[in-house]
Amino acid sequence: MAFMKKFGLAAAAVIGLVAVSTPSLRAAEGAEEPQPARQNWTFAGVFGTFDKAQLKRGFQVYKEVCASCHELRIPMRTLAQPGGPGFTEDEVKALAATYTVHDGPNMQGEMFDRPGRPADYFPAPFPNPEAAAAALGAAPPDMSLLGKSIKYERGFPKFVFDPLPIPVIGTYQEVGPDLIYAVLNGYTHDDDPNWNLYFPGHKIAMPKPLTDGQVQYKDGSPATVQQYSKDVAAFLFWAAEPNMEYRKEIGRRVLVFLMVFAVLLYFTKKRIWADVAH
Amino acid sequence: MHGHSTFEPKNGFVKWLEARLPILSFSHESFVAYPTPKNLNYWWTFGAILSFMLVAQIVTGVVLAMHYTAESTMAFDAVEKIMRDVNWGWMLRYAHSNGASMFFFAVYIHMFRGIYYGSYKAPREVLWILGVIIFLLMMATGFMGYVLPWGQMSFWGATVITNLFSAIPFVGDQITVWLWGGYSVGNPTLNRFYALHYLLPFVIAAVVGLHVWALHVVGQGNPDGVEIKDIKKDSVPFTPHATMKDAFGIAVFLLIFAWLIFFVPNYLGDADNYIPANPMKTPAHIVPEWYFLPFYAILRSIPNKLAGVIAMFAAIALLAFLPWLDTSKVRSGKYRPLFKIFFWIFAATSIGLGYLGAMPPEGGYVLAARILGVMYFAFFLVILPVLGLVEKTKPVPATIADAVLAKH
Repeated sequence: MAFMKKFGLAAAAVIGLVAVSTPSLRAAEGAEEPQPARQNWTFAGVFGTFDKAQLKRGFQVYKEVCASCHELRIPMRTLAQPGGPGFTEDEVKALAATYTVHDGPNMQGEMFDRPGRPADYFPAPFPNPEAAAAALGAAPPDMSLLGKSIKYERGFPKFVFDPLPIPVIGTYQEVGPDLIYAVLNGYTHDDDPNWNLYFPGHKIAMPKPLTDGQVQYKDGSPATVQQYSKDVAAFLFWAAEPNMEYRKEIGRRVLVFLMVFAVLLYFTKKRIWADVAH
Repeated sequence: MHGHSTFEPKNGFVKWLEARLPILSFSHESFVAYPTPKNLNYWWTFGAILSFMLVAQIVTGVVLAMHYTAESTMAFDAVEKIMRDVNWGWMLRYAHSNGASMFFFAVYIHMFRGIYYGSYKAPREVLWILGVIIFLLMMATGFMGYVLPWGQMSFWGATVITNLFSAIPFVGDQITVWLWGGYSVGNPTLNRFYALHYLLPFVIAAVVGLHVWALHVVGQGNPDGVEIKDIKKDSVPFTPHATMKDAFGIAVFLLIFAWLIFFVPNYLGDADNYIPANPMKTPAHIVPEWYFLPFYAILRSIPNKLAGVIAMFAAIALLAFLPWLDTSKVRSGKYRPLFKIFFWIFAATSIGLGYLGAMPPEGGYVLAARILGVMYFAFFLVILPVLGLVEKTKPVPATIADAVLAKH
């Protein structure tokens, strides 16, 4: 046993030393970013659901601010889907009609413009990524999956606890919205609109997009960057995972079923093995 | 092996079928009367769990294939369409992608169980080698499946792994171009990976058939490492005893699987794979799926590309030689006090290599990967051969019945 302890300690020491020394080495090189804080989201955890009012506000921020540069490649009808912001079908129809969609060819073989329909995708602000890059310096990413396509290093030991069913510390799937929120609040150098505390290398192509009072909410929520960024991060997570509420609901039922089933199987098994010494 | 009961057809149709295709008596012998050692623990349920996972992956995979498009400009959107618009598409895809992880999780436990209890020793060498072949096929299938969503990690992972073949002397570059179907990873690569990803699971199923056949010839091993001598005293019929125990094992396994699918479906995947593949933009860190990480760490720890590739494949191929590298006469680790220690060090080494495989190849990580890499190989090439010669083992019970009695 002493032998095992010795070897185990040696191996642990090697890994421990490396784990401790390497990040600090990298920090010494300069470009280290702080870890975004874990926010309180209504949609986190086993019973998480989206806050409809928040999604509506987030959509407003997207529409009035983000949409001028970012594409959101989801069908507009998604907005009326259950588990979403809760727009009615008529509201989505009216909203879609405010967009102009390039379609065709028609029977005469010509392309034409028509008012949008709920089945259309949100039109992109630029005809192609090259045009966006030419106008803005770099092509802004499509935002339909941004809620889960960005990440920050969680590091050891956090990443071990992230997937576990422990309240508060575990069940962590909101890396994306936490980072979006952090970046939108990370423009802390007033003299440099492209400096961001949380963006890798602190250089971000997108200049500070939000300012206090920029978007007028109808529900009386505070018109602050903090509120905007929280709402838009929630909206983007929903856009990336529109089926999340249903997924969790089904998941809860599946877990309960499996637990009951496993218990029944266990006692059946015990009964069968009762007269066998094993 | 002859089982507890024999199949006696009573029904006229069954008799008629028996005379023409004795499939029912064969099934009865294999899955009902088949003698199962009494002393199996829950580590032995992973065989059934793996069979379940293979079927689950094939079923979800076939349905996903009905909605997927293997074309480089459409593949990413096709997967998104599955996630958003196909009925239950999100569940199928999350079940399939997390299913791959659960499949590997189960196979690693199955393998470590085999190593701990010396399951590879005579007469089970062929059974073990078939297992190693299944593992290799799983790796190929998993890798190609990860390419299909055509995200950033799909594309760059495929680029890194296929580039390994360019390390082969003289013909490496030609082989790589041949694999790609072009001068870089592109649409032809995606097409052939899709075809192979659909084909290989059925090859796996066939080799699993051989694996089970071999198992039924030599019989199951067990924690005490002694063979069944008296069927009545040492074993129980497979059904209902093992069937019900396996069913319980599968249900518990499914609880973990369901947790992943429904509550943390993106934990094991890389966020970068939700960005469409872009050949012009390399991700900061190209990291394979977790189940390849120990081997990836070995690959990167060696500065010479060819040597790294050889070391990586050797790390897998060595498994096939285990029956001859382990010189101990005692089969089960239960009666080998020194082996037990080295086994756990080996397990820790493998996990450590997995962690390092996920870290950037710089600074102390490289050094640690080299140390653990040497420890990995030393286990196979030094420890196992030497241990069998010098180790003082504990007395092994004469029969399974004795081992069970000693426990009570």
